[in-house]
Formats: sequence, C-alpha cells, structure tokens
Amino acid sequence: MPDPVPLDLCLQVNGAPRQLSLDPRTTLLDALRDHLHLTGSKKGCDHGQCGACTVLVNGRRINACLSLAVMHDGDAITTIEGLGTPDALHPMQAAFIRHDGYQCGYCTPGQICSSVAVLEEIAAGIPSHVTGDLTAEATFTAEEVRERMSGNICRCGAYSNILDAITEVAGA
Amino acid sequence: MKFDTAATTNPIDRLRIIGQPADRIDGRLKTTGTAPYAYERQDIPGDMAHAYVVVAGIAKGRIGAMTLEDAQAAPGVLAIVTAANAGELGQGKMNTARLLGGPHVEHYHQAIAVVVAESFEQAREAAQAIRVTWLPEEGNYDLAAARTAMGDAGQEDDTRVGDFEAGFASAPVQLDATYTTPDQTHAMMEPHATIAAWDGGSLTVWCSNQMVAWTRGDLALTLGLEKEKVRLVSPYVGGGFGGKLFLRADTVLAALAARATGRPVKLALPRPLIANNTTHRPATIQRIRIGAGRDGRIAAIAHESWSGNLKGGDPETAVDQTKLLYAGAHRLTGLRLAELDLPEGNSMRAPGEAPGMMALEIAMDEMAEKLGMDPVEFRILNDTQVDPADPSRPFSQRQLVECLRRGAERFGWSRRQARPGQVREGSWLVGFGMAAGFRNNLQTKSAARVRLDGDGGVIVETDMTDIGTGSYTILAQTAAEMMGVALDRVAVRLGDSDFPASAGSGGQWGANNSTAGVYAACVKLREAVAQALGFNASDAVFEDGEVRLGNRAVPLAEAGALSAEDRIEYGDLAKRYQQSTFAGHFVEVAVDAATGEVRVRRMLAVCAAGRILNPKTARSQVIGAMTMGVGAALMEELAVDTSRGFFVNHDLAGYEVPVHADIPHQEVIFLDETDPLSSPMKAKGVGELGLCGVGAAVANAVYNATGVRVRDYPVTLDKHLARLPAVA
Repeated sequence: MPDPVPLDLCLQVNGAPRQLSLDPRTTLLDALRDHLHLTGSKKGCDHGQCGACTVLVNGRRINACLSLAVMHDGDAITTIEGLGTPDALHPMQAAFIRHDGYQCGYCTPGQICSSVAVLEEIAAGIPSHVTGDLTAEATFTAEEVRERMSGNICRCGAYSNILDAITEVAGA
Repeated sequence: MKFDTAATTNPIDRLRIIGQPADRIDGRLKTTGTAPYAYERQDIPGDMAHAYVVVAGIAKGRIGAMTLEDAQAAPGVLAIVTAANAGELGQGKMNTARLLGGPHVEHYHQAIAVVVAESFEQAREAAQAIRVTWLPEEGNYDLAAARTAMGDAGQEDDTRVGDFEAGFASAPVQLDATYTTPDQTHAMMEPHATIAAWDGGSLTVWCSNQMVAWTRGDLALTLGLEKEKVRLVSPYVGGGFGGKLFLRADTVLAALAARATGRPVKLALPRPLIANNTTHRPATIQRIRIGAGRDGRIAAIAHESWSGNLKGGDPETAVDQTKLLYAGAHRLTGLRLAELDLPEGNSMRAPGEAPGMMALEIAMDEMAEKLGMDPVEFRILNDTQVDPADPSRPFSQRQLVECLRRGAERFGWSRRQARPGQVREGSWLVGFGMAAGFRNNLQTKSAARVRLDGDGGVIVETDMTDIGTGSYTILAQTAAEMMGVALDRVAVRLGDSDFPASAGSGGQWGANNSTAGVYAACVKLREAVAQALGFNASDAVFEDGEVRLGNRAVPLAEAGALSAEDRIEYGDLAKRYQQSTFAGHFVEVAVDAATGEVRVRRMLAVCAAGRILNPKTARSQVIGAMTMGVGAALMEELAVDTSRGFFVNHDLAGYEVPVHADIPHQEVIFLDETDPLSSPMKAKGVGELGLCGVGAAVANAVYNATGVRVRDYPVTLDKHLARLPAVA
C-alpha cells in the first residue's frame, strides 16, 4: 500500500502556533512527543486506558492518544510544559511536590493536567457520576475529586497524596 | 568498606538531613514533564528510526512460515529482523524464555520479529503485513490441573523442623485450608522502552531498567559482546515493580534493529503485549495447616505452595515468611513447581511474601476465630524473637508486637465486632480486618563515587536506579549529611553503567544498600579532604559547608575537586542475625449488602523497618504498596485461557488496578527504630513491606463485614454475593 499523503495543520501549543505536516495516522500524542518533542505527555497505553497522555484541548482535558493530530487543526493545546516549568512551577505542580503526589513520575503530567481541569470542571458546575443533585452547584469534595480523577491511573499508588495536593490548591 | 560489626555512632546519626521529610530533588523535573524517560531522549545523535515488535499468536509450537515480502515492500521500511537473520544469539542469565523467538515458540506474545521503518506509523503498519503460519503444539496451561496431578506428596527439599505431622495430629484446634492467588502483572505506567545506537562494535542502550549491571551483563551475553562494549543508561524509570529487573525484548530488539539499519532505533512495547510478552507474578495454590493448643499457642504449622513456570523457571517462593513469622515447634514448608507453558513467571514486588502473606494471614484470621481469640492477640501470643528453626539466631530487630499494638490502638480495633456480619450502616455491611506484615531485609554490595566540584558542591555517581522509590533524594541526603553541605548543593547522577555498580532497585534492598555505598565513598572522601586541608580525619567535623576541628574551620570548597569511590560489602551479620521488617495492617471496608460491592474505607499501616531515611518518600512507598495490596485483594487477576495458553485481559482496561475512586485516605506510622546490624545507615527496606499482608487485611475485613470467607483472590463480588446476609 502507498504511504498516506501528509496533511498540513497548525496547532496552538502552549500559546504558540506550531506548523506541522503529518502522516494522518499520527495521534495528537505522537505529534506532541515525536514531532514537537514535548515529551511531558506520556504514552502509557496508547488506548485511552491510563490517562498518562492527558492534555487540555481548548480548555477541556482529553486523552491525546485517542485523537488524531489532524483533527485538531487550529485547536489550542495545553500540555504539562505549558502549565509550568522547573523554574516557574504551576501551583498544582508545586503542590504535587509538597505532598509527594507522585513516585516514578510517569503518570504525573497527566495527573496534573487532569487535576487542573477537574478544579475548572467543578467551578463550572459540570456534574460527575457521584454528583448527587444535578441541579445544585457542584461542590469540591474528596469523593468528587476521586471520581473525576479516576481516568488517571497511578500504579505507584500516590492517590492519597494526589488528593491532598489537589485539596490544597482548591483551598478547600 | 566491609560492614561486619554492628554500627556505632557515625555522622549519619546527626539526622540534620537524613531522616528529614525532604521533597524529592527530581520533583521539579517529574512534575513539569522534563525528566527524560527512555523513549524520550532527544540527545542521541543520528537519524532515529522507529521499530515495532511482532509477536507469537500461539502459546507453544513452531512457526511454519513467515512471509515478509509485503512488509519489506511497505513504505518507509528499513529492515525486518527475525531469528532467521539476527545471527546467533546467546541467553541472558536471568532469562528463561528467549527474547527473540522463532522458529520455536515458547510462550504467547513471544517476540518473533521487529520491523524498522522511518516512522512509528510506518513500522506499525508494516508489522501488520507480516503473515505467519503457525504450527501449534499441545501445552500445559492449567495450574489447578497440574496441582491435582502432582498430589500432596512432599519433596526432598521441603524444610522441616520437629515433626509436623505428629504435632498437627495431636493439636486440639486445627485448620487445614487451601488458598489461591492469581497471576498478576506489574502494570507499571511506562512501557518497556529502549533507544539503541551502535558506534562501531560498541552499543549504547537508553532503556527503562531497575538493575543496570545485571541487564548490561545479560545484554552482552545475548549479543555475544564483551560487557565493556555495552553501555546501559536508565536514569528515569516509569515504574518497575520487578517487571524491569531483567533484560527484556525491547532492549534486545532495539539493539538488533539498530545493528541491522546502522541507525539509532527506538522501540516501546505496546501496552497490549506487555502482560504476555514480559514476566508476571505466577499464580499460586497454597495449602496451610495450623495446629494449636486451646490456649492459642501454635504447635504445628505447614505451608505448601504450588506454582507453575516455563521449563527452567523458578517457583513463586510463597512459603518463605512462614519459616520466620510465628513460633511453633513443628514446622513444614515446601514449594511445588509445575511446568507450564504460560509466559515466563518471575519477580513482582515482594515476590514470595506478597502472595504468601495473602494466604497465611487469612489462615491466621481463620485460626483466631476457631480459637475464639482476637486476631491481634493471637499473633502477639505466637510472636518469636528468634528464628524458629535456629533459636541461636535472633532477629536483629523485631517490633511486630509493637506494630500490632500501636496499630490496634490507633485504628480503634477494640470497636471491631468479633462475630462477622453484625455491623450495618444503611445498606452497607461494615467490617474491620488486620494482618501482620513481614518482609526480609537483604544486604547486597553497592558502590558509588562521590566528588567535590571545588566550589562547595558534591556530586554523587552510581548506577543505582530511581524507580519512583526516591533514590535520588535519599542518596543526596546521605551525601549532604556526610559531607556537611546543604541538600541543594548535592547533584546525583544515576542509572548509567559507566558509574560504579550499585545494589540496584529490587527486593526492597535499594535504599539501605545504595545509601550505605554512598556512605562508604563519603568516608573515603572525608579522609581525602581532611588530608588535603590538614585535619585529622577521624576527629574533623563536616558541617555547614565547612570542615572544622577545635578553633579551625575551612570551607569545603578549599579542598578542591577531590573524588573518592568505594563500596559497601557485608560480612556474616545477616547469617548471625535474621534481618526482617515488620508491619501491622488495619483496614475497614464496607460491602454493599445488595450488590456485594466492596469499598475500602480506611487503611492504616504501622511499620518497623529500621531508620527511615526520608519519612516523606518512605511513606509514599508504603501507601503505594497498600494501594497495590487493595488491587491484589479485590481486583487484580490475569485471566488464563487454559485451552490456548495466554493471559486474556492483557491491557489496562481488562486488567483492573486500583484507581483514585478505590483508595481512601491512608495512614502510615513508622516506629522509631534503628538497626545497627543492617548497615552504617541503620536502615532497612520498606518498599515491599507495605504490600506484604495488606491484601489479607482487606480480605479479613470483607469477611468480618459479611461472614462469607473467600479463599480465592481476588475477592470479587461474584464469590460472596450469593452467600451474603439477607438484605434488611
């Protein structure tokens, strides 16, 4: 079979336009990791099962492995590198360090991207599976956070500490 | 430095930096996504090619024919390596099955080819185009059937003390029960991955591996190279849990692919291949017999375990803790190994003790109930301060009783209802469970180099790995304490075979041994510094970036750029004293009376594991292990297709591990302990202790909630639903 024709696209990655010409089979995750060298987003399963590849697309979190890059022409992508840097940490990154909300570090960027998004989802009143009253304002509870974070697997088992980190940032 | 007598006071005992809950020094890299894992290296020269693995679709048999033409003609393809064109390959000492199979197939998803192409997408596409004709053969895949065929006969290598049969027969209270634990997969978040590049006859691999020296050696053996021609680099490891102790197919195939193409090659194992392609924790069938007097004292205890492995593989050593954990004059332990054609069984976090304690600690719970005793008191009554098989060998430290008492008090154990199935909260059945925790401490030689940068900074270099355990941080704390500098003045470089060989990460031996190796190198460096600055080494104090003695104080920077290398090695202290770590695990669960769903509500571990080098990272090790224990108790099981011989649920959707919603707040208490017989650090391992026993504590809590005893892990709702108390 012939190779697919490359497609041109432009991603707004961490605030900067990035022009790419990609094999259309390229996932958003591989575009970020292999073509833009933003390897903070991790490939744990490549099947949407682990959450290590979580990034924010137009403000909402998705699994970058489950999405083809060419579907995101013009989209604004925020990766872990866009949240903060070693010299200028995002408050969530700093809280993960303080509470030791990670061990091997491989799921960590996805956990942090999800954590940031979860707080925004709660603030926006978006309900979850465990939200009792869909008409009431969503509230920050441990149960809500655990439910909303459950798409991000941490095999090292830092969950208890991750919840502490998120709780601190939420000011709850 | 030879460690062969009990440690006395040394600079570590100051505990200015060691023993403090320092944040991880690699935290800023990990939380910002800037720590480079194996597949992510951007600093490798050359035009990187991508590789994709092709695996066996049968469990046992041969490849009849492999048609490569379509794949070879696919766009971007650079090479296809199979056993037929790879050249002669050796076998690593730690490997049972070959890492590149064909024509003979030894297990399902054994690698049989690697496709190299310009891009990942091209390599993956071409790999699908390889056509294989299989010639399957009959295999043995069913441990239960093998155990039945093997029967109950003992073996010559059984360990016996006293006369178990007579002691058991005459005991007025007896338990004879069989428990099963399933095959489990490590499911570390980072797949096995390697970048390989050749420079003439020399090979460098950047990979994700726990044991740099072992794997370098086995890679050299496999490729027929001198060890000196192989460099292995593994500074960040995205989880291992034993699954990355050894050379695996990713590294061999990347090396072969790079040799075939003359280009650097990167390869990661796709997640759905990992469970069958790599190693796993073998399933066990465990028979436990305990005979006790009516006073609760154990007279006789036997623990036998059946497990399977490929020909040449080892048994799961699930009975080892039973030799040491409880008193009793008459004892029998034995391992039975069935030859199975499932993928290769090998170490997973706390091999032996993890499944062994899952069974033993339910048995102890059952026995306590038979005796009408509280399970905490039953264990305390049967505590031993010496090796039961050799009373002249005391434990170096053994605070099991303190762990249990402290835990019971903290947890509110006195509120437990001894009769199961009695506590209801609305639709929930509520239960408390506990178990002892036990895992041995292992002494292993470990080397390091420590350098002064001439500007007051210290650099540590060792091939030790950090698999999430916190090695970077505790090694920095050790060097900072020893050299008297602030923690942020220490740089730690790990995971490179160019550095001195360490203990590596496994068997919860990493922390104590690798820090002791840095300690040894620091002692040497202090001598060199003292000599350079004109101090008496044994009296000089290294503190606050200075070397001091009497009224004289000289900045460390004035010593210049000195370097020292040494290793810790051990005498016979582990022979003379049994070195082990202990815990008390306490769990509260709620079981939905209608659906049987189990929710873990509270968890507490009280641990006695020598000096805790960093309470923050050590606590993380324990809560992580407790989390894995919840998985083992309630959900983790590789489902075996006993007709076709493979693990069916071989990805992270089918193989369920705990997620956020499964895990409550977890509490960990470390007892104040130092063990001068373990090393100059007076520390012991803790990373596996936290897993040993916790699964049984969960299972015992479920029993206490429901009154339904489940002896086959995982305790899923189908196993107790039909027998739950009537819904009120």
